[in-house]
Amino acid sequence: MSDTGFDFSVNRITAMVRRYMYLLLSSWPRVLDLIYWPTVQMLMWGFLQLYVAQNGGPFARATGVFIGAVLLWDILFRGQLGFSISFLEEMWSRNLGNLMMSPLRPVEFVASLMIMSIVRLLIGMIPVTLLALAFFGFNLWALGFALVAFFVNLLLTSWAIGIFVAGMLLRHGMGAESMAWTIMFLFLPLTCVYYPVTVLPVWLQYVAWSLPPTYIFEGMRALLIEHVFRADLMLEALAFNVVLFAAASFAFLKLLASARVQGSLLQGGE
Amino acid sequence: MILPHPDTPAVAVENLVKRYKTVTAVDGISFRLAPGSITGLLGGNGAGKTTTIATIMGLVAPTSGTVTVLGARMPEQRYDVLHRMNFESPYVALPLRLTVRQNLSVFAQLYAVADIDKRIAELAADLDLTEFLDRDTGKLSAGQKTRVSLAKALLNRPEVLLLDEPTASLDPDTADWVRSRLEHHRVTHGATVLLASHNMTEVERLCERVIIMKTGRIEDDDSPQRLLARYGRETLEEVFLDVARGQKKHREAAQ
Repeated sequence: MSDTGFDFSVNRITAMVRRYMYLLLSSWPRVLDLIYWPTVQMLMWGFLQLYVAQNGGPFARATGVFIGAVLLWDILFRGQLGFSISFLEEMWSRNLGNLMMSPLRPVEFVASLMIMSIVRLLIGMIPVTLLALAFFGFNLWALGFALVAFFVNLLLTSWAIGIFVAGMLLRHGMGAESMAWTIMFLFLPLTCVYYPVTVLPVWLQYVAWSLPPTYIFEGMRALLIEHVFRADLMLEALAFNVVLFAAASFAFLKLLASARVQGSLLQGGE
Repeated sequence: MILPHPDTPAVAVENLVKRYKTVTAVDGISFRLAPGSITGLLGGNGAGKTTTIATIMGLVAPTSGTVTVLGARMPEQRYDVLHRMNFESPYVALPLRLTVRQNLSVFAQLYAVADIDKRIAELAADLDLTEFLDRDTGKLSAGQKTRVSLAKALLNRPEVLLLDEPTASLDPDTADWVRSRLEHHRVTHGATVLLASHNMTEVERLCERVIIMKTGRIEDDDSPQRLLARYGRETLEEVFLDVARGQKKHREAAQ
């Protein structure tokens, strides 16, 4: 059975999730950190929204466009970060060699990282959405099925990027660590989190429409401003996500194979 | 599941070459380890010991040649046998923020160990870890951490055990005691052990066979007794120094 095998054990995935939960719960500052930045972001954009609404046009007055954008952006950003930080924990603790030498399959490893990404995301986002409701009257949960569509699509993108970053870390060691922290910021201007795609130059709009989150943020604006749920945008996002996820998985396996050739799995360091 | 023929070596390395860009770490070595044997792998820094062990573990892909463990070709078929192997190395560590018990239970579950609590209690008693089980691994001394790593390596009662400097950072008394536990594991479970070490006393005491590597090649391969006799030396350390300084060739030339 090679790295590409899909044979997996729920028991081994559970073992890895337990490992990350032990780590997370061993330190309350780690838990607090998951809530801190999303809260700061939400408050900042929430108050900006209030200010612009008092002085701006109908777009700015649309209920919670900025708060909605920042909350959805946090799902995308924190989803990837949750995935990548769990992976980095193995490198920081020099435990990667132990795991790579164990019966743990790459697909199981990735599955446990996805689960932890959701756990970390929920710990961070649930309190923040409640604070958004309390401070600004913006109820993300009222979006209902649309929120599910947004969440699933954004999570898929965040995992795809997380998988690619994990592959880079396996192949290039801690030299690729900064990528884990910064890669998603490239998506911030290109996926039009806070403004419509039409703001971009025409050539850049083609780039934007090739990225799944663009459809989600456009869909969110359609819902909050025009009160229309754009199922077509969600399906297009899903299609692009399938392609992105497959490409990231392929890249991960190639980088893992390359790491075996280069001997970087045992070091896991510089 | 690969079931090797009883005569199949536990580990077979055939013409193994490993190159990293322009550096040849291992240069065409071959050896076979019989089931239940314990072999020392000696060599100076950069001799190729760690690369050899990493290739046997499937962490490194050979440039050419083959490595077979319990009948499975590495790294392609590693998932058929990884649950029957284990290792300990100073190049890796267990997560420091987890307690010893948490670390051991996570790895026990990864290795599908039956009755995890009982196995951890057995190992803790064997390796004198009982009083540390609920302490953070990061708060242990270097010697205690080594014993925890050893407990992890023995969790699944491995048939093939690869050890890289297993007694480094242990005081002589604890090191001696750890050696006796390794010997006990080998005898009790019929395990095949490959031990890379700079500690010649350790190798002399534990190993029935010694492979000496230098610049990626096997310079000598024999039992400790025969090596001592052939080199006309009293200790393996003297033999090692002879090999490291090229005295073997001089002696052979003189003969």
